[in-house]
Amino acid sequence: MTEKFPPGLALQKVDERIMTLNVGPQHPGSGHMRIIVQIDGDYIVACDPDPGYVHRGEEKMAEYRNYITNIPHLERPVIHDSCNVLYPYVLGVEELVGIEVPERAKYVRVIASELNRCIYTMYWLAIYGIFLGHSTMFMWPAGDRELLIDLMEKMSGARVTHAHFVPGGVRNDLPPNFEDVCLRQVNYFEKRIKEYSAVFYDNPILIARTKDTGVLSREDAIRLGTTGSVLRASGVDYDLRTKEPYDVYEELDVHTNVMKEGDSYARSKVPWLDMLESCNIIRQALQKMPKSGSVRTKLKPNPKGKGLNSVYKRVESGRGSLGCYIVSDGKTEPYRLKLSVGSFRNLIALPYLLKGEKLGNMPSVYWSLNYWPVEADR
Amino acid sequence: MSVIAPKFKLSEFIKSLLDNAFWAVLILSLIGIPAVMTVLFFIEMPVINGELLTPFLALTWIADPSRILPIVHAFMATDIFRVMVFPGFGFAALLAAGTIFVERKMLAKLQLRVGPFYCGKVEGILQLMGDGLKLISKEIIIPAKADKPIFWAAPVLFVAAAAAFVALIPVAPGWVVADVDLGLLGVFAVIGFFPIITILSAWSANSKFPFIGGIRALFQMVSFEIPLILSLLGVVMLTGSLNLSEIAASQSNFPWIVFLPIGAIVFFITMLAELERIPFDLPEAESEIVAGWLTELSGMMYGLVQLGTYLKLYAFAALFVVLFLGGWNGPMVVPPFPAEILTEGIVLGPITANIPGLPLFTQEMLNGTLWFVLKTVAVIFFILLPRGVFPRIRVDMLLNLGWTKLIGLAFVNIFIALGLLYAGVLGPGGLQ
Repeated sequence: MTEKFPPGLALQKVDERIMTLNVGPQHPGSGHMRIIVQIDGDYIVACDPDPGYVHRGEEKMAEYRNYITNIPHLERPVIHDSCNVLYPYVLGVEELVGIEVPERAKYVRVIASELNRCIYTMYWLAIYGIFLGHSTMFMWPAGDRELLIDLMEKMSGARVTHAHFVPGGVRNDLPPNFEDVCLRQVNYFEKRIKEYSAVFYDNPILIARTKDTGVLSREDAIRLGTTGSVLRASGVDYDLRTKEPYDVYEELDVHTNVMKEGDSYARSKVPWLDMLESCNIIRQALQKMPKSGSVRTKLKPNPKGKGLNSVYKRVESGRGSLGCYIVSDGKTEPYRLKLSVGSFRNLIALPYLLKGEKLGNMPSVYWSLNYWPVEADR
Repeated sequence: MSVIAPKFKLSEFIKSLLDNAFWAVLILSLIGIPAVMTVLFFIEMPVINGELLTPFLALTWIADPSRILPIVHAFMATDIFRVMVFPGFGFAALLAAGTIFVERKMLAKLQLRVGPFYCGKVEGILQLMGDGLKLISKEIIIPAKADKPIFWAAPVLFVAAAAAFVALIPVAPGWVVADVDLGLLGVFAVIGFFPIITILSAWSANSKFPFIGGIRALFQMVSFEIPLILSLLGVVMLTGSLNLSEIAASQSNFPWIVFLPIGAIVFFITMLAELERIPFDLPEAESEIVAGWLTELSGMMYGLVQLGTYLKLYAFAALFVVLFLGGWNGPMVVPPFPAEILTEGIVLGPITANIPGLPLFTQEMLNGTLWFVLKTVAVIFFILLPRGVFPRIRVDMLLNLGWTKLIGLAFVNIFIALGLLYAGVLGPGGLQ
């Protein structure tokens, strides 16, 4: 009987003590989704996340466009992390079409992808700050993000949706003097985000609010299939950059940040540690990058996949593992394209974490899951 | 990088002032003067001292200081002046408006942004006026299921309660709207109104988020009222009076914060909670319950609640100054009024004007007001500062803080006051 209705409209037994709150889609603390929360006093009895408000059919759209024209729209799910969203698609198409990528392009890709990870994480951190009522932590990351956005603008010409990765390399070579500017900006950026610990991560009220809330144990984190910073905050040492290195990550020294606690404090701190690690990676890549050479292997104008073939590639994005499954039937368009995104896999943990929590913990637990509603809906 | 706000240019500022003056003169002369003349044509003018009061005669009175100053003096001695202008509503509203402006600019500087900039040409000083006009011109939407009379009345009651609070604050010696002997008790009574008004507004909206916010506000205000009252008992014991003017006058040698620092700290924290400021802004926690008990308020109803909130902020800061920082007491910095102006008159070129009753305010009153305003502004600054630094706390943490830590500290404060009293160091009437 009840499964005929969409969630939230289902008939339920009426209990006078239980109040049902529709947190979202028109709510300052929900993002583009709805969380149906049932509360008993201040305690959450049940929670039912209801995503799907920003579904855009990216996967179906990809079947009607050729391999190159798919690039600009496939980065739309997370415009702040657009390089990382494109990364698995580009790797997959390179394997399908069968081209080699120049060495310099691989380093440029790593730099762009790490810059994008920082840009995304800063945006995420800003919203985490305002969800906890910390308005300074909203403004500071939103402002310091500009440093890296300027770098990406120099590199690709666009501030957010870069469309910079193409099969066979990257679209443009780096502008002259980019290495020096990048090193200087990244060093300053690292100095800035280290200051955040004083105002945010070492703040006694923040620690008291987020420690021991929404604890996700190591076993549950693995069982529920979470990924990315959520998994690493629960004590699992898993990072695709070291476990399944793609492009030139195996030549770089990547340290994986792991925290044991599994609470929302740890889940909010791991992305911040990852940003510091990204700065290290960018510096290494700038050092090891070949100083000259091609950055793009030219493709034929309208490349075709080789026969009936399928490929699955995944990368570590700002929200964890991001996979792209492409099936080719020898035409210029992919036969089927499927994105497996970290956001949706992390959202599954939300009902388990919120059950029995206080209502005041809902924003901090929800946003600590490193969830991006637009990406989850695709 | 981002768009940088243009630099302040004096020439453009003067040009804008001239523009505004031009339009003011044009509108006044085209609409104002005909309107006034039309009104004057129909009304019957009074006869004062055998003279028919014409507009021209009234203008000569205003231009003649020896005739207008006694009128001004008489007006300043009335209750309506005290209620509407100086120690009462007008003064408090002016300080509250200043508070909003300082809060915005200070927070913006803290967060590495510009803040209000364009409205009013100079650092956005007219932003508040613009916001007020926006709120007045907005439609007021009442929820269909709301209990309408109570829902309408709540914002008005909120401002009224805040104004009643302001009326009890002594600003300078003798300058207080309501000089009651049980002034501090009156303050507690007025503070006790706020949770009732809040829950009335929240409940009558008949909506879920305001209801949760109202319940939170009720929890917060009721549980923090007890440490609030207890933390002030020390001051009352040492002064031996509940009259706020006497409490302020008793601190002519030392402010009570020197002897009762724990009481001052407890009062400051409870003050933040009563004002619903960060980190205690749970009733308006936007990421959890939209805007808390303000969710269904729209247009000028919301504006009235904001006005009441900032009046309350001023009143609490002023109460802190009166009880712990010595009120109007401070070194005499205002120069005395030169007596030869009264005896010999002012030489204005060829004429010598002899103006009776020129010192509108006494030296003590001006000095007291100056120190009072300085101290109040400092306290308001410290009330605003946590907003840039702290996140919001949770209900259980708030209740734990209120019921265990703050009440305990307030009792420690009372014992300190008792010790000082029985040791004979201090007692009613100040330092002995």
